[in-house]
Amino acid sequence: MSQIGTQGLILKEKLIFEHSDPGRKGYSLPALDVPPASLPEELARDEIKGFPEVSEVDVVRHFTRLSTWNYGVDSGFYPLGSCTMKYNPKINEVTSRLPGMAGCHPHTPENLSQGALGLMYDLQEALAEVSGFDAVTLQPAAGAHGEFAGMLMIRAWHEAQGNKRKKVLIPDTAHGTNPATAALCGYDVVPIDSGDSGVLTAETVARHMDDDVAALMITNPNTLGIYEAEISKICEIVHDGGGLVYCDGANLNAVMGIARPGDAGVDVMHFNLHKTFATPHGGGGPGAGPVGIVDKLIPFLPKPLVVKEGDLYSLDYDRPESIGRLRSFYGNFGVLLRAWTYILSMGGSGLKKVSEMAVLNANYIRARLDTTYDLPHKNRSLHEVVFSDKNLGGGCRTLDLAKRLIDYGYHPPTVYFPLVVQGAIMIEPTETESREVIDEFCDAMLAIAEEAEKTPELLLEAPRVSALGRLDETSAARKPVLRYQEEE
Amino acid sequence: MRYIPHTDEDVRQMLETIGVKSIEDLFVEIPGDVLLNRDYDLPEPMAEAEVLSELKRLAMQNATVDCYRSFLGGGAYNHFSPSAVDHLISRSEFYTAYTPYQPEISQGTLQAIFEYQTLICQLTGMEVSNASMYDGASACAEAVLMAIRATRRSKVLLSASLHPEYRETVETYCRYLEIELVGVPYLEDGRIDQGELSNLLDKGTAALIVGYPNFFGVIEELAPLAEKVHEVGALLVSATAEPVSLGGIKSPGELGADVAVGEGQSFGMPVSYGGPGVGFFATSKKRVRSMPGRLCGATTDKDGQSGFVLTLSTREQHIRREKATSNICSNQGLCALIATIYLSLLGKNGLRELAEQNLAKAEYAKAAIGAVDGFVIPFTAPTFNEFVVEYDGNVEGLLKRLEKNYILGGVPLAKYFPEKKQQFLVCVTEQNSKADIDALVDALKGGAA
Repeated sequence: MSQIGTQGLILKEKLIFEHSDPGRKGYSLPALDVPPASLPEELARDEIKGFPEVSEVDVVRHFTRLSTWNYGVDSGFYPLGSCTMKYNPKINEVTSRLPGMAGCHPHTPENLSQGALGLMYDLQEALAEVSGFDAVTLQPAAGAHGEFAGMLMIRAWHEAQGNKRKKVLIPDTAHGTNPATAALCGYDVVPIDSGDSGVLTAETVARHMDDDVAALMITNPNTLGIYEAEISKICEIVHDGGGLVYCDGANLNAVMGIARPGDAGVDVMHFNLHKTFATPHGGGGPGAGPVGIVDKLIPFLPKPLVVKEGDLYSLDYDRPESIGRLRSFYGNFGVLLRAWTYILSMGGSGLKKVSEMAVLNANYIRARLDTTYDLPHKNRSLHEVVFSDKNLGGGCRTLDLAKRLIDYGYHPPTVYFPLVVQGAIMIEPTETESREVIDEFCDAMLAIAEEAEKTPELLLEAPRVSALGRLDETSAARKPVLRYQEEE
Repeated sequence: MRYIPHTDEDVRQMLETIGVKSIEDLFVEIPGDVLLNRDYDLPEPMAEAEVLSELKRLAMQNATVDCYRSFLGGGAYNHFSPSAVDHLISRSEFYTAYTPYQPEISQGTLQAIFEYQTLICQLTGMEVSNASMYDGASACAEAVLMAIRATRRSKVLLSASLHPEYRETVETYCRYLEIELVGVPYLEDGRIDQGELSNLLDKGTAALIVGYPNFFGVIEELAPLAEKVHEVGALLVSATAEPVSLGGIKSPGELGADVAVGEGQSFGMPVSYGGPGVGFFATSKKRVRSMPGRLCGATTDKDGQSGFVLTLSTREQHIRREKATSNICSNQGLCALIATIYLSLLGKNGLRELAEQNLAKAEYAKAAIGAVDGFVIPFTAPTFNEFVVEYDGNVEGLLKRLEKNYILGGVPLAKYFPEKKQQFLVCVTEQNSKADIDALVDALKGGAA
């Protein structure tokens, strides 16, 4: 039963524009109860050229069909490494749609939005406790946005002391967002070699540390799923050299209740609520990327900040040293609300259990596959495990394995990242998958390794059962067609 | 724990396969000095029914349009969202998927993005749109950065009537990039001062950013601005916080804008205390390779069937790292889907009718409020569904008194412009009935007495 993928009835579907028929409508408006008004001719628009005219039924059927071409966590196992594709609890979807929450306007006076403000305040406090930081901002809209907030605070802190440091150290295993963010803050990026073990050593950091280094950006556990064991010593070296340590918190799901980044000496870390705190990934957002910081950075937090005085919550705009705001209003509140719902459901003990079972699952996969697949880094894995495609036979590569997994009914793991591993296959099972699911997945991985030896065409021609076969990405980039154009 | 399936027996067998004795053994590489060694100081787990009660308790402390007549706008807008929208985005194949990295099993998300990009192009009159940004304010900041890249210049003009939160966001993004930001004042009618603009534009100017409509609800005349800006080789960026307006006013592209950005929350998303919404970003074809964010493009599979993939990713952080056009990764995918479904339902005629209703209701309210003793409408240029009201008394006290009558009367401008103590911003949408507007006017009459 390791191959659970099979072919079903797949319905083709045109573009919504191709359903358009003049005169159809999919909306209703109340009759206008005031006199009509019009704009001066030079401002008024003619029709919106190209917009569809379709009925509600057309729209519902169209998007329902499109949805069936997708694979989500609710469809099956989605071991996309570094993305923490855990189950998204349904209660979170209910609470985020409560009329008192979804219908609360951001300009509502503070005395009439105490529920929203109180929730945000309590979430700030809970995230600080989870991570060991002194304060948290909820404003950033996603992980990379959180990195940006965090690195701006680091730069603001340096500038406040008259430091004009220009460099940021980033290990070669880092997510691409790290160097991109450092550049956005006006820093020069200095890549550092993580070495054969995949673990950054204090000695390496010491060698790169100088008076021009503003910060080190580290991911812990790193993108190989390994805990940076020398983190305390590394933080000490960076601090002694006058720099600060930024931690990419993408992998927090491995260490909740076990070890807190703030306690290890990290100064700034972003959370990905859409990873660790079970809010849905939405096909690419919306996420939320709160940032935890140590107390010396508090003056630089983005504004406004939710504060509590007595029993009243309010928004503090009077923060003269703040880096400013990174977006309108206060954050992706609907996402924050889901994360708070999750924290209440799990409780402190549940969060620890999350990390324990996530790490157990990843290690179990490793134990079942590491005699067949090449494991370039031998240190104990935490929440994810990274194999290479070195042992794959029949001329097959990681991409072929990934596409063959689709035939078996699984979403492929993250592939070709981190860059330091040849043909990386990065598997993150998360805690919400049962032993049965993981066993079936491992059986599939083993069966595919055998296929690669004996019948490699099964991999090279995969996927076969999905609605479409492999897509031509080269011609898509060479001659970009980025929108529908009605034929003239 | 209901989201974690492991039984004790599962755990035992799995540990055995791994070859360790206990869960603690899995964490041996974490040094002892960083271990927490205590329980979190957080509440105990709650049952689903308890969680729901607690969130309902919090929700009851928030004022909404269910109990209040609301005239709040200023960057977030109360519009009706057809039931089909929320039902369709609740298909978990959409909301529990991630970024469509594996196109063969992500065609639903990809085709929807392609349709979103098309709709945004049609709406803004531009040639290409990305797959979304975080919100209107950050899209505006990204437009500033793109203009700097495109022109290799470092001065950017920001209209003083741009949404203040958009301006502040631009300031944050540019904080350490050696970009000079200069404000352009507005005239008494609420429109940008074109004379002063001419004085400020020079060969070092990368772009002018102008609200369309602006923060005061005033509809700027983009065509003459485009002409002036283009004379010095700079770009015109229009920023639209209320995109329903584009159903009634000329598109930025038609008027010569080079980049059109804005906030899409009005297209089917709840106000949700300010997020999540969706930032849109559209420009001309020739700038596509310096655009920020994801792009979806059409292609074919190996058998020649048409399909979609993420494309031109060599602009992006996961390939280009520190040389990427932006650091954005996750965007607002599901919100872009909401906008796509919403705009499909409204279609060509619906968005126009919706814009007409918003305009008509706002005009009715504007005339009625302007006729009340003690109140004037300071800006005379045409507005869409928002307008500024000036009161000859204490605005804070007035709004508090309206609150007691279950009316959220508007956004006090002093929140952003400390000198504007006498003014507030009123927003009227299709959700406000004539009775709502009359109630507001009656309450204001009481206030002026």
